[in-house]
Amino acid sequence: MNKLNSWKNTLLMLGLSLACAATVQAAVESKDPIKLTLHDWTGQLISTQIMGEVLKKAGYNIQYVQADYIAQFAGLKTGDLHVAMEIWETTGREAMDEATATGKVENLGESGMLATEEWWYPDYMNDLCPGLPDWKALKNCAKQFSTPETAPMGRYLGAPVTWGGFDDERVEALDLPFEVVHAGTDAALFAELESAYQRKAPVLLWVYAPHWAPIKYKGEWVKFPDYNQECYSDPSWGLNPDMAYDCGKPTGPIWKVSWSGLKDKWPGAHKIIRAFKVDNAEMGAMISNVDLEGEKLEKIVSAWMNTNSARWQQWIK
Amino acid sequence: MPNHWLHRGHWKYFWFCALLISLYLNLYGRQWLPRWSLKFPRQWELPLRHEISTFMNWLVEDASLGFFSFREFTRGIAWLLDIPLQIARSIFSTGLMKGVGSDAVQLLPPLPWLGVIAVVAAIGYCAKDFKLALLVAGCFAYLAVFGQWQSAMDTLASILITVPIGVAGGLLLGIISYRHHWLEKLISPFLDLMQTIPIFAYLVPILFLFGFGPVAAMVGTIIYAMPPMVRITLHALQSVPPELVEFGRMAGCVPRQLLWKVLIPSARPGLMIGVNQVIMLSLNMVIIASMIGAGGLGYDVLTSLRRLDIGAGLESGLAIVVLAVALDRLSQALAVKTQVTRLKKAPSFVARHAWLLGTTLIITVTYLLGFFIPLVQSYPESLQLTTGSSLSEAVKWLNINMFDYFEAVKSALLLNVLIPLKRFLISLPWGWVIGLLAILGWQLGRWKLCLLVVGLALFILLTGQWQKAMITVYLCGISVVIAALIGIPLGIVSATSERAWRISQIIIDTLQTLPSFVYLIPVVMLFRVGDFSAMIAVVLYAITPAIRYTAHGIRSVDAQLIEAGIVSGCTKSQLLWKIRLPMAMPDILLGINQTIMLALSMLVITALVGTRDLGQEVYIALTRADTGQGMIAGLSIAAIAIIADRLIATSAKHTRQRLGLN
Repeated sequence: MNKLNSWKNTLLMLGLSLACAATVQAAVESKDPIKLTLHDWTGQLISTQIMGEVLKKAGYNIQYVQADYIAQFAGLKTGDLHVAMEIWETTGREAMDEATATGKVENLGESGMLATEEWWYPDYMNDLCPGLPDWKALKNCAKQFSTPETAPMGRYLGAPVTWGGFDDERVEALDLPFEVVHAGTDAALFAELESAYQRKAPVLLWVYAPHWAPIKYKGEWVKFPDYNQECYSDPSWGLNPDMAYDCGKPTGPIWKVSWSGLKDKWPGAHKIIRAFKVDNAEMGAMISNVDLEGEKLEKIVSAWMNTNSARWQQWIK
Repeated sequence: MPNHWLHRGHWKYFWFCALLISLYLNLYGRQWLPRWSLKFPRQWELPLRHEISTFMNWLVEDASLGFFSFREFTRGIAWLLDIPLQIARSIFSTGLMKGVGSDAVQLLPPLPWLGVIAVVAAIGYCAKDFKLALLVAGCFAYLAVFGQWQSAMDTLASILITVPIGVAGGLLLGIISYRHHWLEKLISPFLDLMQTIPIFAYLVPILFLFGFGPVAAMVGTIIYAMPPMVRITLHALQSVPPELVEFGRMAGCVPRQLLWKVLIPSARPGLMIGVNQVIMLSLNMVIIASMIGAGGLGYDVLTSLRRLDIGAGLESGLAIVVLAVALDRLSQALAVKTQVTRLKKAPSFVARHAWLLGTTLIITVTYLLGFFIPLVQSYPESLQLTTGSSLSEAVKWLNINMFDYFEAVKSALLLNVLIPLKRFLISLPWGWVIGLLAILGWQLGRWKLCLLVVGLALFILLTGQWQKAMITVYLCGISVVIAALIGIPLGIVSATSERAWRISQIIIDTLQTLPSFVYLIPVVMLFRVGDFSAMIAVVLYAITPAIRYTAHGIRSVDAQLIEAGIVSGCTKSQLLWKIRLPMAMPDILLGINQTIMLALSMLVITALVGTRDLGQEVYIALTRADTGQGMIAGLSIAAIAIIADRLIATSAKHTRQRLGLN
């Protein structure tokens, strides 16, 4: 950090924030910092920093805190942390429900992004297993997807056990000749995809979006019978009359949550965070800018702020 | 001697028969054994995990200490710990700030990078010689040149606060338990638990009690890093020669003087090993600490590996290694230094002052210069180096060209060793395993050990963790065997040649402090998700004590014995097999003991590549915020660790007695 520059920046920022405070909002309820949590995946860093920038424009004092995705709920309950921008329906539902049930954590609604997750394969597999992406093709392709440990069954690399997803049940209900192997983290999941993709080797695994993987690698999601609620709850529904889970996975919103005290301490911020909405396409583009093209995250965030000023000004009104 | 009526040879036959029966049970037991003997029925399990959850909730929410609640008490401690941490952070990382959050204004910048490097080099020179100064300066220069400075200073600031607290706490507990024997007995099991229960198991309550952020991370780190200090303090104090203590008493020391003027100074070299362990273990926790808000290098490692940016992950990981090396060498040199000066005439006050003055001068000059010359304040971004994508490219090359060979080796091992062993262990009836453990305990340590081992095994069984525990034993067991097969020969080689010793020391330091996550991802790329990748990671991490203790054991074999061997005409290999190895056996056993401990402590990390053992159980419990489940699984890991530790330690003791080493 250049010393002179940082002085200049400080002055500039001071001036800016004074100007903002004067024009946008006369005074905010409290100058205590609102603590937003940062996790370890890019999309979350982007949405959190956009939120932070918008709150700053509205005159709030904000602070970023690095926290584990699930462990953060302990902090949100006690008010040590205030806002978490991305709780995925698909992976964080249990922890979120447990936390909101205590009354100490509040759900601030959807972030506008939809989490998609499903079995996924790279497009070179289309030649080896004709009939894909229809799931029925998998019934005859177990050999193409098998490894020495799983042979004669195919190998499907599922998500970490903690993410749920009912893949073991799905394999049984749809009578697929596959063995489900669970990765422990998504880093491991995508490490294996990267490795297979480099070798153009067969691979069938759980991929989710918004994420850089479906942007970087060419491939498709397997098409299972469409999800609906009865499929998961009622065994008689669907192809297999005796078992539930004989369909694809649901897509689900990504939620914003906060400490319950937020709405009393910073009512204005509470309103702004509720208003925040970003969709899959623009998030996907920003993620690939950062992860694949190596742009600086701050640069992407400020570019978003510039091009979308009408939108966020609507939020802070 | 314990084996008076059953001769040692008879035990051999017994264990051979036990193995045959086990194999028989594995092949045919399923056909006639009742189902409950193979799979422990759920309705027999104790509902312990719910009770633990309820207790934890009570502790966190309602427990009261009279005027204030327990949580207010721990929050008070957190507040106190935060003060030195904030000071350290403002000196090294953030600068002096006014206000909090994005409104904060920097009043004064942090120490400039050139200043920090100059000071550590000066300390290095002062502590030992020019070479050390160069090494330490080089380490810190790496941080600047590879763009890790900011994060490294965050990490350094928290280490500089954590280590003294861990050392002081450990010293205090060690001293008290040296004086009061009952306390030693009392805290010993707690020390075991602190070291072996993975931090994930009690992470959630810690976050409630100490708040979210660097302080909670500090508390977790201290819990993990302090036990060796307590143990080593106790051991060092106990091994002060009694003549010295006697002399102190005769000279009329009061207990306080005896402690500070006689005992502690003479136990100093031992104590410094403890300090070194606290530093190393604290740096081990950097990754996990970053998950709960400590930031710093650990966070960089995690983020880059999620992007599969192997190069960036390795650069940040190596930054942790060089920090560890610099701090370790400095602390060791300082330890030796104080000893030497003690022997010489005490240096004059001015001479000591010169160094203090010198470093103050460096800091002031660079600090002031930093205001005018930006280059002095922070290393220019344009001059930063990076390995870029070359490392990822290297892994890619390996992946594309060598994958088939790796795959062949892996499949052979998996299909012929790993999977059969796993099936074998899972299929053994629990009653049979506990029975064998009881007999082994009795053989080695009579009733006391037998009861302890059986009690711990029953705990695992009754809390419903048996199957997961057997998978844990399988994964750790095979990793430990491989680590021993590689580590012991390496230890032998490095004991016999000075050059090999220096190289192996670099390897040991790197493996011990490089976050395993860094190599876990390339390993997954080359070997896929599964037990094999987990095994490689465990072996890499757990091999260090096998090398270190073996080398130590072989080096400390009495020179006269070797002499005697040479005189009686031993060949080189006879010297090794008949004298060196047997005499070093107790040390090697302790090394293997430590290898087991490290292997168990890696379980939580290997859970990240999808193993199905107790580590995974802890991890799942964390993501469900289920403290009870996490603690049960964590305690089961601790139980396995304690069983292994006690059995091996006792047999090491017997070997020692047989060799007449005590």
